[in-house]
Amino acid sequence: MKPAISVILLTTLIGAAQGLFLAYYSAEWLVLIGMLEPPVRDLSAQAATLAVGLLLAGLGASFFHLGHPERAWRAAAMWRTSWLSREVIALPAAISLIGLFALVEFEGIESPWFYLGAVPVAPSLALGFAALLAVLALYVCTAMIYTCLKFLRQWHSPLTVLNFFLMGAASGFSLAALVAAIGDDGLVDYFASGAILLTLFALAGRAAALARNRRLRPASTLQSAIGIQHPNIRQIAQGAMGGSFNTRAFIHAYGPAVVRLARQFFLLAGFALPALLLALRGDDPLPWCGLAFGLQFAGLLVERWYFFIEAEHPQNVYYQMIS
Amino acid sequence: MTQLALVIDLNTCVGCQACVTSCKEWNTSGEAGPLTDRNPYAAEPTGTFFNRVQSFEVGVFPHTQTVHFPKSCLHCEDPPCVPVCPTGASYKRPEDGIVLVDYDKCIGCEYCSWACPYGAREIDERQRVMKKCTLCVDRIYDQSLPEAERKPACVLACPTSARIFGDVHDPDSEASRAINDHGGYPLMPEWGTRPANHYLPRRKTEITIHDEDLERADNPLKKEDRGPRAPTTRTTLDDSTSW
Repeated sequence: MKPAISVILLTTLIGAAQGLFLAYYSAEWLVLIGMLEPPVRDLSAQAATLAVGLLLAGLGASFFHLGHPERAWRAAAMWRTSWLSREVIALPAAISLIGLFALVEFEGIESPWFYLGAVPVAPSLALGFAALLAVLALYVCTAMIYTCLKFLRQWHSPLTVLNFFLMGAASGFSLAALVAAIGDDGLVDYFASGAILLTLFALAGRAAALARNRRLRPASTLQSAIGIQHPNIRQIAQGAMGGSFNTRAFIHAYGPAVVRLARQFFLLAGFALPALLLALRGDDPLPWCGLAFGLQFAGLLVERWYFFIEAEHPQNVYYQMIS
Repeated sequence: MTQLALVIDLNTCVGCQACVTSCKEWNTSGEAGPLTDRNPYAAEPTGTFFNRVQSFEVGVFPHTQTVHFPKSCLHCEDPPCVPVCPTGASYKRPEDGIVLVDYDKCIGCEYCSWACPYGAREIDERQRVMKKCTLCVDRIYDQSLPEAERKPACVLACPTSARIFGDVHDPDSEASRAINDHGGYPLMPEWGTRPANHYLPRRKTEITIHDEDLERADNPLKKEDRGPRAPTTRTTLDDSTSW
């Protein structure tokens, strides 16, 4: 597949934004049950606002993928069958709920909304929980858009869903560590450890997907594509002189050397180096966290580019040569 | 249940591109607007087509055959492009099985083209919507046309009658009979899309002629030698085609 820049931006930006929310919301829970020291100052509102900003940026990028952005509202119609439609619903839901979460955090509304048994439930906790569900649903919807296409066998695996979640959460925790380092709220250690752990899990998941895809053999051959069972078939005409949508949208022109370089880059910059940098952060974590998140995000952009390059579309067997 | 479809006979297709040009002519002139071209008269011409003819050389030179292969939307009975469409612009008509795109609902996200293993869909660069073969839906039901012309433009244009149009669910239709009699097959059956369009394989056209038919054994006036025979050791397309 040819990489679609707007889709690469959409999935990486919203993945990190969702992870950022998960990081700060999980910290709130851990403080509540006493597993984490309360932060010096509460940056949940600022973090949630940044997450909303990144989600909106991702949503904005996605519009450049559309031929008719003014009709985008129609895309919510087929949620019963289409994962893309479900994503179109889950994304604004996540934006609104995280936005409301940020609002009650900014306003400092503490009085409990209702009691769960004897436990008071503050508005931020309840809204945060709804946002958590929306965020998890959004991870699944985004990844299922690719996973559900059974012809694209490199994508058609539960590893795709797992990796979208792990990479998004890992980059989100790295970003949370950077936010905590800038705001100095005392949560850097928690976020950095979480980021290292998630990054290593994501590396394992991505390595598993790479290994799986290396073993895949194409299910469609020229023989099954045109239904002629002969070992020697050579295409002599594609039915178009100056190429067609089929050659422009599905066939990329990157050589194996570029693709190999990209793979090595994202394995290092997206996973290995950020985990190392976060582990090495000293008493002054800001530059380490900044570099770690910057490298990781660049690495994950290349990872998503590679995700497209990796997928072999069966229609390409009909386009063996230009004539 | 009706399922309209094309049956394309690879045994008679000569690759003349008449189906391509007549399809383009009919569908670029309709109410839905033109099928946009870029550089139509310059170098690297490209544009939107519903139907294209590809050519393949089968065998090893000099024992080769050229197979012309018309390719358009196969109107799958289980079309993978339909459920993925987020707007419902892509749909399969229950009454006749034609898979269509509503150009007024399409947002041009290209997701349906990702989901089609055959590469049957093309984005129109000017209208920015996804387009594909409609089986000339604006023609086959047109009561103002004589009944014989209520067929897709490509079928009417084909000079060798390599394209048969009909209901493949009706066992008595010309299309179903062609599939049954000549071993019609679907493309890429491994994906379970159940394409409605079928292709007919190359067939051996042969008659059995005994030597006695050509040469009277009891003719005393004539003594003929056997002529040279074609070599039969190499694999040809005919030997490996299954029908």
